[in-house]
Amino acid sequence: MIQFDAVHKRFPNGTTAVHDLTLEMPEGGVTVLVGSSGCGKTTTLRMINRMVEPTSGTVRVAGRDVTRQDAAELRRSIGYVIQQAGLFPHRTVLDNIATVPLLLGQGRKRARARAAELLETVGLAPDAAKRYPHQLSGGQQQRVGVARALAADPPVLLMDEPFGAVDPVVRTQLQDELLRLQKELSKTIVFVTHDIDEAVRLGDQIAVFRTGGHLVQCAPPAELLARPADDFVADFLGAERGLKLLSLTSLAEIPQTPAETLRADEAVPPAGTGARWRLVTTAAGAPLGWLDADARHHDGPAGDAPLLPVRALRDTDSLLSALNESIASPGGLVARVTADGAVTGVTSRELIHDHAGAAHVAAGPAPAVTAPAVTGPAERAA
Amino acid sequence: MYELFKNLGTWLTSGAQWSGGDGIAHRLAEHLQYSLLATLIAAAIGLPLGLLIGHTGKGAFVAINLASFGRALPTVGLVVLVFLASGLSMWPVYIALVALAVPAIVTNTYAGMTAVDPDVKDAARGQGMRGHQVLRQVELPLALPLIMTGLRLALIQVVATATIAAYVSFGGLGRYVFDGLAQRDLVQVLGGAVLVAVVAVVLDVALAGLQRFLFRHRTA
Repeated sequence: MIQFDAVHKRFPNGTTAVHDLTLEMPEGGVTVLVGSSGCGKTTTLRMINRMVEPTSGTVRVAGRDVTRQDAAELRRSIGYVIQQAGLFPHRTVLDNIATVPLLLGQGRKRARARAAELLETVGLAPDAAKRYPHQLSGGQQQRVGVARALAADPPVLLMDEPFGAVDPVVRTQLQDELLRLQKELSKTIVFVTHDIDEAVRLGDQIAVFRTGGHLVQCAPPAELLARPADDFVADFLGAERGLKLLSLTSLAEIPQTPAETLRADEAVPPAGTGARWRLVTTAAGAPLGWLDADARHHDGPAGDAPLLPVRALRDTDSLLSALNESIASPGGLVARVTADGAVTGVTSRELIHDHAGAAHVAAGPAPAVTAPAVTGPAERAA
Repeated sequence: MYELFKNLGTWLTSGAQWSGGDGIAHRLAEHLQYSLLATLIAAAIGLPLGLLIGHTGKGAFVAINLASFGRALPTVGLVVLVFLASGLSMWPVYIALVALAVPAIVTNTYAGMTAVDPDVKDAARGQGMRGHQVLRQVELPLALPLIMTGLRLALIQVVATATIAAYVSFGGLGRYVFDGLAQRDLVQVLGGAVLVAVVAVVLDVALAGLQRFLFRHRTA
């Protein structure tokens, strides 16, 4: 656990970077520090490994005041990933990763063996080992940066806008991999970003900073989105914060009804003999598209008929993607599939809307506006 | 004109001219000895100074002013000055050559150190390297191409200027230039000048090649 206790940081030029910060970053959790540039989030992060010294107050890692420890030794016990990776351009990827084990006095052979192992952990091919950083793409360099930070297996990982300089597609990949790694490793991670979507995806708790180094609010993502402390936080979260909240809720809890399906090799049934929108599937049950049974412009097998696209959802997909699909789907039905992609049923637009509302209620709206606004199914049942 | 070049060719290639105490081989060895020793002393002074200024970021004005000082310094004047003070010895020559070489080494070393990406230095400290480890493992290797350029520049300047050893009655390739001038022997003057130029160019090309080989993995 990392504790900030009444921490102040004033730079010699007189600017206050961090103002009276008291904050706890729980063990094994991801704490994301967000805010616009110059709000003190990076300074906060850098006070943890003493890259910046607090002007007053104490920072403790695992109960020990960091300023009472040798700075170099402290830093070797804390993983540190920075924007643009900051790799050593004159060292191979393998030697970059082996940096901290070597500083800790492990033999070259052992350090390199550990580095090779980490190459795989962060999803890089073994042949990357002998290359130099400039021969890698930005995303690959970031992976090496993460591997280097993990090399000595530190309990704490500091990440300063690590994915800020890569394109959005790669960024999403790297975020996914970080979440996967975190599931295995359970590090105490402090993550700095100015991207609120990234914060919501990765954070177990999110600390929002305002210019001048003031911590405005620290809460789990759902609570933050449902109940921003003030207008500053609400503005920062953006106009779509309701939708962002839905991105945090999975579909697993939402019931489904049996789907009216047609196998691709079956004939299209006569009009009016069932539901208008039928889900056409492969023999294995994978969805192919929606068939308008009333249109009757086709008499052959269902698979040859003109189909409207379907994007089937798994239980792990978010309520936000379900809401999106319920708008895009012709009959307002969302197709549900197993992890293997076989159709299990459908969920109606209305039910998804009800649950979307309930998600807001569950996250806890501000007490003053609670009572009249609530119309979730949970309340109706009660 | 043609006659002159023909005589020059004969002068440069005749076996007699190459052997003996006043032969080219001996003068060349002297010249290289002065040059290398002076550059070595200059490196011993300039490298630590440049590294220190670059690593700490303190005293940058020293490096900058030293560069202009080096450019403005009249070498012959310095030789005469030290000669008057010390009498007949190698001191004037070495002091002048070292004074000529130190600025190039300091400024290039300093430039190399400041060119190291601050993010990389930050990362090095952040991984837990101590000051001397950052210097040895990160800054020095990354600044090395520019440091070597400084040494190369210094050596070439020194080789070209080491002719002044003959001015205060010592050897080296300058002997031919000064003796030739005194004897109104244009071929000898020209021969000495050509030899100095050739030595400078050959050393420069060889060191540039070495640099390219050593830093073949670098992007820039």
